[in-house]
Amino acid sequence: MTRLQLAGVSVELGGVPIVTECDLEVGDNERVGLVGPNGSGKSTLLRTVFRAVDPVAGRVALDGDDVRSLSQRQIARRAALVHQEPVTDFDFTVEDIVALGRAPWQGPFDRTGPADHDAVMNALARVNLLDYRSRQIGTLSGGEKQRVLVARAIAQDSPLLLLDEPTNHLDIHAALDLLELVRTLERTTLCVLHDLNFAASYCDRLYVLKAGRVVAGGPPADVLSPELVRDIFGVECTHLTHPTTGQLLLAFSPTPPRTPDPASGNVPLGEKMKSRVGQ
Amino acid sequence: MRPRSDRVPVTNAAKATTLWGVVSVLCVVLVAMGAFGIAFGAVNIDLGTVADVIWNRLLGGSQHIGGVNDQIVWNLRTPRVLLAAAVGAGLALVGTVLQATVRNPLADPYVLGVSAGAGLMASITITYGAAALAGLPTSTTAFAGALMATVAVLWLGQRGGRYSPTRLVLAGVTLSYLFTGLTSFVIFRSADPDKTRSVMFWLLGSLGQAKWSNIAIPTTVVVVGCGYLLLQTRALNAMVLGDEAALSLGFPVHRLRWKFLISTSLMTGVLVALVGGIGFVGLVIPHLVRIIVGPDHRRVLPIAVLVGAIYLIAVDLLCRIVISPEELPIGIVTSVLGAPLFLWLLRRKGAER
Repeated sequence: MTRLQLAGVSVELGGVPIVTECDLEVGDNERVGLVGPNGSGKSTLLRTVFRAVDPVAGRVALDGDDVRSLSQRQIARRAALVHQEPVTDFDFTVEDIVALGRAPWQGPFDRTGPADHDAVMNALARVNLLDYRSRQIGTLSGGEKQRVLVARAIAQDSPLLLLDEPTNHLDIHAALDLLELVRTLERTTLCVLHDLNFAASYCDRLYVLKAGRVVAGGPPADVLSPELVRDIFGVECTHLTHPTTGQLLLAFSPTPPRTPDPASGNVPLGEKMKSRVGQ
Repeated sequence: MRPRSDRVPVTNAAKATTLWGVVSVLCVVLVAMGAFGIAFGAVNIDLGTVADVIWNRLLGGSQHIGGVNDQIVWNLRTPRVLLAAAVGAGLALVGTVLQATVRNPLADPYVLGVSAGAGLMASITITYGAAALAGLPTSTTAFAGALMATVAVLWLGQRGGRYSPTRLVLAGVTLSYLFTGLTSFVIFRSADPDKTRSVMFWLLGSLGQAKWSNIAIPTTVVVVGCGYLLLQTRALNAMVLGDEAALSLGFPVHRLRWKFLISTSLMTGVLVALVGGIGFVGLVIPHLVRIIVGPDHRRVLPIAVLVGAIYLIAVDLLCRIVISPEELPIGIVTSVLGAPLFLWLLRRKGAER
């Protein structure tokens, strides 16, 4: 069953094309990664799912239904978001934030009932933050804040989980902790990631974006070929096997300096200097 | 399993009980403050007589009707106290909602220029007569002015659809100066024999115009506004966390933002048309309440409404007795009391971070 399907999706912001004719699918219980250089349109693509931005062409479907035919509340019942670190001047407690995950299931006249409270407590227990429930969100570390958002997504109880660069600003321990937590949730997941090794070890399938287009899709080992990594990211990459986990491990090295092309103005600064010295 | 299901509802119930406890206490304080507001002033009337008069009026007795006490209690002070409560509640509510809607703790109708926009249109209507503006009543043109100011501030305060807190406040304060300047100009160009006093009214506000005949509209608007916005507290909580968070939690942020801005503009416009520009209530009361009960709007909104009402009745009472028999413009007292309070809160917040 296809949880999420993007077909021919194009997005423009202020008339500038950001994403062009993207196709993407996330099947039930799949963990799919979205990688690509900065500004390649990964987050924008993710944002079309909960209608933070609407495509100018193409179709975004959750469980087969076009998101434009669903209410915002119906979308929230099907897809939860873990965005980057929350920035707020208002000192909410951890429990307040997680309790908002129940909002898609509550009408304006509904009180937060025992069932909601149970869901919140279970979610907090799941991410190991039960003791922090009365703490103010501003007093938590970056990794803890991200876990609060994961807890909110758990409480939201939607089958699809969207993650927008969840490991940004996290130290290596917190980052691995978070990805491991997300894996053990066993939910259908679409995750924007920067780190290719994280993507390789935590995703079943990857899509690679370059300049707003999907240029490759498939299992990490196939997609992240040395040729593609050189082409997309401009670095050399060697496939290794992790000595203890046996997983794919990418080792990177800088690309050898390109032969300067005098016809284009795109000559590296060092080369320019050399040629000037030569004269 | 048993102890767990026991414990869970207790925590919930405890929270709800605390809120209802606080709300009931504030209601009692509100009624008491209202009674003081009616009893004291240039002439002091004992609380027994106040109760008698109101009792007679409400239940149709004829014992005191027509006397001096009846005149003061029923015709002068009761509408004035009711208006003070409506204005205080309304401004506190508008401030709370604006702060969440534009995600800026500095927002309030005064800072964002909404009050000044309403004041400008209201003063034009009053000075040149309703005929100048297609025969619309003052509260309608004031609402239009408030809405116009809100839209202008939002447009100037954003860049590419994203709001910058600094730009928003700068745009609001600047427009506020512009509208206030224009208001003063309109009045000085007019044939108003009491120009200085009129300007002062739009700058500092006054509850002196309160009559039974003109408090119905603002009171109704505030009551309906409170009712509507009290049902939106979860949306306000979500909006504080950012547009993406709110959208992914099922709140159609863009539509809600417009609804909140229109309803707060309506409330501000209607209130300013009758009482002028009263500053600081919308800014200070929400902060004060947040510091005491935390940021959850399910608690902040009802408590801010009550505290705002109590605060403005008290301030109006002060205005009437400090230099009695003369009256101070109410804006002087809200600012003189509000500014130090706000600065103290600011220092306290700074120390926490």
